[in-house]
Amino acid sequence: MSSTIREADLGAGPSKITPLPARTAANAPAPQAHGIARNPGMKLDLGFMESVRSVNRSALERRVASLTKRRSIKADNQAAWLLRAVACMDLTTLNSNDTDERVRRLCAKAVNPFRRDIVEGLGISGEKIRPAAVCVYHPFVATAVEALRGTGTHVAAVSTAFPHGLTPLSTRLQEIEASVRDGADEIDVVIPRGLVFGAKWQELYNEIVSMRAACGEAHLKVILGTGDLATLRNVMLASMVAMMAGADFIKTSTGKESVNATLPVGLAMVRAIRAYYEETGYLIGFKPAGGISTAKASLDWLVLIKEELGRRWLEPDLFRFGASSLLTDIERQLEHHLTGHYSANHRHAMA
Amino acid sequence: MNILERYHAMEYGPAPEARSEADAWLAARDFSKALFIGGEWKAGGKTFDTSDPSSGKLLAKVSDAGAADIDAAVSAATKALPRWSASSGYSRAKVLYAIGRAMQRHQRLFAVLESIDNGKPIRESRDIDVPLAIRHFIHHAGWAQALDKDFPGHKGVGVVGQIIPWNFPLLMLAWKIAPALAAGCTVVLKPAEFTPLTAILFAEICERSGVPKGVVNIVQGGPEAGAAIVNHPGVQKIAFTGSSEVGKIIRKATAGSGKKLSLELGGKSAFVVFEDADLDSAVEGLVDGIWFNQGQVCCAGSRLLVQEGIAEAFIAKVKTRMSRLRVGSPLDKNTDIGPLVDSTQLDRVKGLVAEGAKQGAVCWQPDVALPSSGYYHLPTLATGVSPANILAQEEVFGPVLATMTFRNTEEAIELANNTRYGLAASVWSENVNLALHVAPQLKAGVVWVNGTNMFDAACGFGGYRESGFGREGGREGMFEYLSARLPLGPAIKPVPAGAQPVEQTEGDAIDRTAKLFIGGKQVRPDGNYSLAVATAKGKLAGEVGLGSRKDIRDAVAAARVCKGWPEATAYNRSQVLYYLAENLSGRADEFAARLSQLTGAAAKAAREEVELSIERLFLYAGVADKFEGRVHQPPARAVTLALHEPVGVVGIIAPDNAPLLGLISLVAPALAMGNTVVAVPSERYPLLATDLYQVIEYSDVPAGAINIVTGRSAELAGVLAKHDDVDGLWVFADAETCARAEADSVGNLKRVWTGNGRSLDWASIEAAGDAFLRRAVEVKNVWVPYGD
Repeated sequence: MSSTIREADLGAGPSKITPLPARTAANAPAPQAHGIARNPGMKLDLGFMESVRSVNRSALERRVASLTKRRSIKADNQAAWLLRAVACMDLTTLNSNDTDERVRRLCAKAVNPFRRDIVEGLGISGEKIRPAAVCVYHPFVATAVEALRGTGTHVAAVSTAFPHGLTPLSTRLQEIEASVRDGADEIDVVIPRGLVFGAKWQELYNEIVSMRAACGEAHLKVILGTGDLATLRNVMLASMVAMMAGADFIKTSTGKESVNATLPVGLAMVRAIRAYYEETGYLIGFKPAGGISTAKASLDWLVLIKEELGRRWLEPDLFRFGASSLLTDIERQLEHHLTGHYSANHRHAMA
Repeated sequence: MNILERYHAMEYGPAPEARSEADAWLAARDFSKALFIGGEWKAGGKTFDTSDPSSGKLLAKVSDAGAADIDAAVSAATKALPRWSASSGYSRAKVLYAIGRAMQRHQRLFAVLESIDNGKPIRESRDIDVPLAIRHFIHHAGWAQALDKDFPGHKGVGVVGQIIPWNFPLLMLAWKIAPALAAGCTVVLKPAEFTPLTAILFAEICERSGVPKGVVNIVQGGPEAGAAIVNHPGVQKIAFTGSSEVGKIIRKATAGSGKKLSLELGGKSAFVVFEDADLDSAVEGLVDGIWFNQGQVCCAGSRLLVQEGIAEAFIAKVKTRMSRLRVGSPLDKNTDIGPLVDSTQLDRVKGLVAEGAKQGAVCWQPDVALPSSGYYHLPTLATGVSPANILAQEEVFGPVLATMTFRNTEEAIELANNTRYGLAASVWSENVNLALHVAPQLKAGVVWVNGTNMFDAACGFGGYRESGFGREGGREGMFEYLSARLPLGPAIKPVPAGAQPVEQTEGDAIDRTAKLFIGGKQVRPDGNYSLAVATAKGKLAGEVGLGSRKDIRDAVAAARVCKGWPEATAYNRSQVLYYLAENLSGRADEFAARLSQLTGAAAKAAREEVELSIERLFLYAGVADKFEGRVHQPPARAVTLALHEPVGVVGIIAPDNAPLLGLISLVAPALAMGNTVVAVPSERYPLLATDLYQVIEYSDVPAGAINIVTGRSAELAGVLAKHDDVDGLWVFADAETCARAEADSVGNLKRVWTGNGRSLDWASIEAAGDAFLRRAVEVKNVWVPYGD
């Protein structure tokens, strides 16, 4: 494991009192949201994994408990941060009763998330602030691609026997290929959690490598199903394997586990991302998903990212919320910000 | 900045806590009458200023208590004492509960006032100081009611004088007042001059919470008021939290007064990071350890010890993290580090950092924004610090971290203990075997495993070594406000320098030379002088070595290097003590005859003293593996192991009355708990001790566990008191010897226990048991958070 800390897009030459690059990164202006080098992956390095396996749950819990109390975002900043949450959103529908029409409605919402008066009131009409992607099951990829054509909104598909991942690998790879063929440019895959319990790291690594190959140009988000993984150590190790195998993003949950995205899990994963970055120089994205439904919760996550990874990660190419009802709560908060009135769900267009 | 610009910037921006309520509170009060004495608000002769450290602006001119005011406060406390101490535990519990709840109802006002007055970030006062203070009152309500059951034979010590520092004004007040009230004591408390405000609000809470008048007296003032409390004859106990320097002054001032004393002083706590630690979490631990409250924390983890293999990576992580600390207004919710409490403190910290750099430390500070006014100091990381560097030695009391590396576990422990202090330590390792191997070896009253600065009312807090003595919180803390009846008798008269007996007793036994017993061997005294020992009839019974300071030096060295005894299992110690009893029993007739010969005791009485001595050895042999620590349960997912550890090297000045039983009654509990002992036996009847050498030699006692130096008690007590490698000293001698031992103990603040010149009825059942065992142990609280 390398002992130096590298930071995105910033070189720090040695000087007498050496300011570390991370500080600057924390406060740096937003870099361009595109053009990061895609993670090529690396060979499975069990030694590297060993060096990051110490994850102390109670310390992580204390960190997140104090983190959300250490930072408070008020007034116009709060509105701006909530807009950021929307821009970093994979607006999602993953229900067994989804239909094409339902998906089209979701896409319409993704393209046009806010009421006109809110856009004008906030003074953001000059910039398209809207969810980065729409996330659907494979059968609805084509529908979503059609609905979103020309908008720049990505289409993500959950494509490997979601949410359990327990079909033959060949089946899962074919599913990925089919989704890519239908136009999905982001593929959210799940790992078979049993491989983690069995410490079958090589097998897990190989599966993800082949998934990445199946993705082609589409970006690969690897869902760990952290609610199933039992320990934060498993979360850390599975994160490392996923990144070494070439994940572009690592993602917490399917939303179907009994425990979804929690801040301690998120902390373990962003620290994995940091360790991978320090080791390889590649920036990996992070996507918490499941159970994040309030504006307040979204702010906690943004604070976590800013504190642990820095400003650079608060861009849609490196951070996404997997969410369905979060958008409406944010709309209500934004309306409240403008009017001082607490809002109601029915005052905002449903997805 | 418009919202779109903010959307791109993603900065936190200011998040100010409103201070209007606090300002209204300040405006509505006449602080020239801020002495809360006997339930009334009184003016002092003068006033002093308290100001806002973030701006230097004056907050209030506060009445300054003089000696007469202290006198009035002690009188009020004395007057209130009988009724309060006699009130039922239930009624005191109701009062403590009411205080806690009333504080809860005014939490935010307390927090804002604390931040305004002290400069600590509102996040800390709001989330840590105030909730913990409340927790102390509610927790101690339970102790008030449980007193009779849990502390049988104990009662409150009486009127208590309490002096607290400025770093945690309200929390330290709670730590002091809650246990005192629970124990049935009445208090005179003096807050620090820098931070008087929350104590005034607390007094108002007392007025409204049914605290009887005079039970809580709060006197604002400076060193003069503090000295008046310390020296007041109407005060039965002093509890002090503050600098080691002032602590030593108080130790000296109270010497011989009979006042109970607890001192919670400075620290230079080690923060030990092993290579298998969760490094990112350890970095956060440091943030809570040294950058909490601007580093103005007595138990701040100010010495980072990091294993060589990970040092470079870890330091890099620390620097990155430091760069994200936000230094700013205490009332901004996004502030991590506020101003230091006062310009004098800022100057002191700057001076120490400059001196540390001069001595070779590389002092690094992150390039973070600093407010233009106020007493701010950047978080500072000192690397290349040698153990001799001032930053490794001195308590900085500021946001300054000194870093050293270690090669292996042994060296980590050695470095951690390489300090005069012993307040706290943090150990970071994911290996529970390693962490629990290291924790008991650290000379610190509190050890946090994979955590730092965790506090709770149920867990004792307090130091080893020059970090003071006594514990605050938990069961162990309650004892500081309680006293058990000791069977004290008449005053002990100083040993007269009488005429030496010359005429030998009759008989044709072979001449015996009684030497000293040091390091398991009988050795001649360094000075090669002897002391004649008289029989009851004034004849020469024999001669013993006249021990000198050099013999004490050798005995302490032997006691210090003896590891076989403190590290033996309690069961093993138990068996050795039983064996001592067995072997003494085998020679009971001989010892009884010696007692009669020397003291003139009747044969039956002499026999009884020997039998009782054997019984006492049996008693302590039996409890050696039973006087155990506890497991505290703080409101967190953690267990706190309150371990009973030996005090260390304990000096014992044994009494003349009951020369065998007195000696055994003191040495046996010390040994039972794993201490090594340097005993000075009765000056008049030392042959009882020298006769014991062979018993000891036959009983498998490891060399150095018991050392006996015969000679002049008063002189040798003085040598022990001034010996800075002696951890405890128990003196049962005349009043002057006792007082001097207390006064002379300030060199290393050893724990001194005396009979204040009174003799003890050693045959009494109260001259044995827990009261003695408690003196023989330090309570170390090891916090072990868990969860996987």
